[in-house]
Amino acid sequence: MGMWGYMTMLAFTIAGSFWLEIAFKVGVLRRVRRWARSILPIAALFILWDALAIHYHDWYFDKRQILGIYGPFQIPLEEYLFFLVIPLAGIMTLEAVRRVRSTWLIGDEK
Amino acid sequence: MSYTITAVIAVCFSALVDTQVTKVRLITRKAFWVSYAIILPFQLLTNWWLTSRNIVMYRSGAIIGVRIAAAPLEDLLFGFSLLLGVLTLWVNAGKRS
Repeated sequence: MGMWGYMTMLAFTIAGSFWLEIAFKVGVLRRVRRWARSILPIAALFILWDALAIHYHDWYFDKRQILGIYGPFQIPLEEYLFFLVIPLAGIMTLEAVRRVRSTWLIGDEK
Repeated sequence: MSYTITAVIAVCFSALVDTQVTKVRLITRKAFWVSYAIILPFQLLTNWWLTSRNIVMYRSGAIIGVRIAAAPLEDLLFGFSLLLGVLTLWVNAGKRS
């Protein structure tokens, strides 16, 4: 596994959720503006939290199990992808649930 | 316990955005809790992967020390607040479009 250790978890999450796009036709990915508006503000706060936690060594990463590519605030690439992949998987799950149970309203119904 | 405290604050923040700021009130919806129940085992599995293999490690002073499937309890709150925050904004964006 080596340097792909963290990336493997992200690939697993994509494999475990993105099939909902096809099987349930949830159409999350193509609604780019909507998911961007949902994910970006929250992800920004979590990246700030991540940056502080890394700075104060509340948590830290095994350099041998990440690719070694860093974005701003010394945050590994995998962490940035985490804040994109996990929210998308969550949105797809919610949309798949409402596909199966159309009477369970969530509040955005027309 | 800095992670413990920030994790509790994060859950409160997302709940506040959900119930007060946007008034989406996703936490009152069955579809949300069923979705979370589906996500939770995967969250435990991925948390376990990252922590049991020491891909992510924690300063012992930062956490309360309770671990579930190798991961600190705080990680569950972290994941929950991330999802509640994003899903609340997702529904909110759908209301206006």
